[in-house]
Amino acid sequence: MKKQENPENEGLLVRRIQNGTVIDHIAAGEALNVVKILGIAGRTTESLSIATNVLSGQMGKKDIVKLSNRELSKEEVDRIALISPRATINIIRDYKVCEKKGVEIPDMIEGLVRCPNPGCISNTNEPIRSRFIVTPKGLHCTYCEWVIARDITSNII
Amino acid sequence: MTRHIISIGDFDRRQIDRLLDNAKRIDAQKYDNNALYGKILATLFFEPSTRTRMSFEAAIARLGGTSISVGSVEACSIAKGETLADTIRVVSGYADAIVIRHPKEGAARLAAEFASVPVINAGDGAGQHPSQTLLDLYTIRQSMKLDGINVALIGDLRYGRTAHSLASALSLYHARLHTISPKGLELPTSLHTDLSERGMEITEHDKITDVIKEVDVIYVTRIQRERFPDSASYFNVTSSYRITPELLTGAKKHAIVLHPLPRVDEIDPRVDLLPHAKYFEQSKNGVPVRMAMLLQVMQ
Repeated sequence: MKKQENPENEGLLVRRIQNGTVIDHIAAGEALNVVKILGIAGRTTESLSIATNVLSGQMGKKDIVKLSNRELSKEEVDRIALISPRATINIIRDYKVCEKKGVEIPDMIEGLVRCPNPGCISNTNEPIRSRFIVTPKGLHCTYCEWVIARDITSNII
Repeated sequence: MTRHIISIGDFDRRQIDRLLDNAKRIDAQKYDNNALYGKILATLFFEPSTRTRMSFEAAIARLGGTSISVGSVEACSIAKGETLADTIRVVSGYADAIVIRHPKEGAARLAAEFASVPVINAGDGAGQHPSQTLLDLYTIRQSMKLDGINVALIGDLRYGRTAHSLASALSLYHARLHTISPKGLELPTSLHTDLSERGMEITEHDKITDVIKEVDVIYVTRIQRERFPDSASYFNVTSSYRITPELLTGAKKHAIVLHPLPRVDEIDPRVDLLPHAKYFEQSKNGVPVRMAMLLQVMQ
């Protein structure tokens, strides 16, 4: 099983990076959503590599996202926990993993997810960002009190 | 810290009881009629209102304060495209507290974020209407203890915000809920689950007659005509949910009938003469309950 995670095999798909962040153990098929949730799709000058359905000993299949020359902050990576709580973050400096950490579900998220309630004040031209409290039942809109219990990714702004 | 009243969900049982106790003292004329002398209440009603607006205005007047309002929405700056956030910041400079009704859910919560004075939610779209819930509880408490009562919720339970808020508040008092509503207008599943998880016993019934002997409170809400494809089906449905004197012959002697008003056809006018009818009392209770709310946030 370990052979499947051999960096050389993976290297065929996604090259190693010198400096930056590797987000590993993303649930298979969620890599594009991870990129979306981080707000880096199409808006970053750094090179971004995405591998999906990579064979994984632990997970069967997983996705990987590599972002060169940028170290993501804790607040940024914790958003990932909403869609892929098993993801791990590796901070790379000079090809070496300098820091390895898991993701933690944040208590509150702002400006990331749109409230699906069309009657919610957060969906108007008011000068506010959407805001949700993260609860075991889902995301609780602090304005209209609606709860997004499933399919959070389709509501990502 | 500025005190606001936005949602009944922000209250715990002790806070509700305290507010209702204060309303009772006010009702017994035990209050200082100059308690809010010199204070100004701004009433911002972006949707029509009769009872809520007038009772808030009466409440501030009885406490020695005055009220100001925007008049019609068409004539105010919102119609010119001003955001609610800006309106609230401006009005905060004119008044000591703001009462707001707005068509968008969460509008009062937003107002509270931008106001430098206390905000009271007087209804935000299909969302919250805490002063109505408090006066509903107050009216029930005038007739019986709130603990463990059987409450029938009748009518449009899907869109009726007063029924939702009342159900949530009653869960704090271990009440048992009986719901009777037309198909498609049942209690939202999310609320049903939420209340059940809080330990509330909820039973759905097809007809009011199934449960009339058991209940202590019959809470009737208006079924809106626009929820039905045509007038015939509307009349068909509403007639089977109508409260009549004949129906109430099977009710407990102390059972009370409540309605947030305005009623249309839900309650037979002959019921008005029966001791069960408490909906006008309920409406009147809006004043002492709102006086207690104003004292809580403005004093």
